[in-house]
Amino acid sequence: MTTAPTRLLDVEHISKRYTGARDVITAVDDISFGVDPGEFVSIIGPSGCGKSTLFNIIGGLIGDYDGRVAVAGATIAGTHPAIGMVFQEESTFPWRTVADNVAFPLELAGIGRRERLERAESFVTLVGLHGFGHRYPAELSGGMRQRVAIARTLASEPRILLMDEPFAALDEQTRLLLGDKVLQIQQQLHQTTLLITHNLTEAVQLSDRVLVMTYRPGRLKRIVTIDLPRPRDSEVVGSAAFGRYVAEIWHDLREEASRGIQEDESRVLQGGRGK
Amino acid sequence: MGAGALSPRLGPRTVGLATTIAVIVLIEILIRVGVINRFIVPLPSQILGALPRIIAEENVLHRFGQTTQELFWASLLLAVTGIALGALLYRFQLLRAACETWVAALAAAPIVLMYPLFLVIFGRSATTIVMIGFAAGLAPVILKTLEGLTRTRQVLIDVGRSFRLTPAQEFRKILLPAALPSIFVGLRLGLIFAMINIVGVEFLINFGGLGQLINELAERYDLPATYGAICFVILASIVFFDITGRIERWLRPNE
Repeated sequence: MTTAPTRLLDVEHISKRYTGARDVITAVDDISFGVDPGEFVSIIGPSGCGKSTLFNIIGGLIGDYDGRVAVAGATIAGTHPAIGMVFQEESTFPWRTVADNVAFPLELAGIGRRERLERAESFVTLVGLHGFGHRYPAELSGGMRQRVAIARTLASEPRILLMDEPFAALDEQTRLLLGDKVLQIQQQLHQTTLLITHNLTEAVQLSDRVLVMTYRPGRLKRIVTIDLPRPRDSEVVGSAAFGRYVAEIWHDLREEASRGIQEDESRVLQGGRGK
Repeated sequence: MGAGALSPRLGPRTVGLATTIAVIVLIEILIRVGVINRFIVPLPSQILGALPRIIAEENVLHRFGQTTQELFWASLLLAVTGIALGALLYRFQLLRAACETWVAALAAAPIVLMYPLFLVIFGRSATTIVMIGFAAGLAPVILKTLEGLTRTRQVLIDVGRSFRLTPAQEFRKILLPAALPSIFVGLRLGLIFAMINIVGVEFLINFGGLGQLINELAERYDLPATYGAICFVILASIVFFDITGRIERWLRPNE
């Protein structure tokens, strides 16, 4: 008997290979997982494990892969209106004000200027930037700009929010406080979220489940369910349970990160001999 | 308070004006003490004195209007054609690989020397002058448009793709605004080349606006009036630079 799909996002047996000049590199290998409606899932792994490749595959920016990505049971190919992406790099449009940045997807939807600015304002407020609507990104800090990017994606009302290390460029304190903001938004909107990160604290602070990846080729090593009470905020980082989760994930991750460093070093050495 | 007493916009203008006046005064002194030969370079005070004469007797304002009109049409052609060709080279890699070097070579070509060919095609008319100005300024507009489009950050294009923009929307809403600062650099360079060539051709074919007047005055060896007419050429440049600056600030108010 087959049951109707309850998962909002299904990632099934995803593999991606890149053909180089001398060899074929497997970036991700046979990755499968699902995300339930309203769930917050993080994917964590060492640098070079294929996290960003996976982000681009799920977001539809990379094609030509093996496997299947499905939203509510329906296979998708390419970008999909149900999936909203927030990028690691600073991605606000510098020529638009905060309000016009956030209203961008509403403009594409053909909504009139007055209405879209009103609706954009509610998302600007949601990310804690009330009063900054008329400012340009150049006038904001890095953290504020990333919040604008999140608000812009939320304005398109995606069923799944897909974020690739959105706070990677920020300092730890700002990152923790923005984590609070993400938790508030998730709570308020019951937003299904998939976060790609390499930050242990961030993953445990925000997630219901953490998917640990191996170093190249990126495979799923372990899934850790974070059973910390919700609603949460950054105060949770001081709890003993939080520390245990961080230690548990680091135990798995340490091995992969060490392997990554060793492989990188031997690759550099081999390259040196080649010369 | 010092420099803080001047507003951010008024400050540079005041300093610019003061510097210009200082340079003019310096030239006046250098000529008067004999360091610069007054038979080659007239006194700035003489040039100033010649201005009412060339306005009243040489109809300089009408000629200024003629030259600015030619420059306006050349600029319009430059903006429309140059940006379109730059976008075309950006979109088609093969075309870009095939043509980019040739376009760059065009920038160095002395187009003004081809005026007989333009005369044959367009006749001794304002069209010839406009077309030479346009041809001379085209390369920088194409190249800087191409550079601006190519340098658009990939993440901005990815944002567009994530919102499922059509190629036309991607161009209009992301690539073009991202490339605007570079495009305006190209337009300004194009304007300089166009202006030089427009006045140069007017001079060579003895037709049209300020170039023709400079030719006539130079032949009469009326140096103060010649330099006075050159001042109007500079004025035309200032007007066009100011207009492009205003358009750029309107399109990119945060720049």
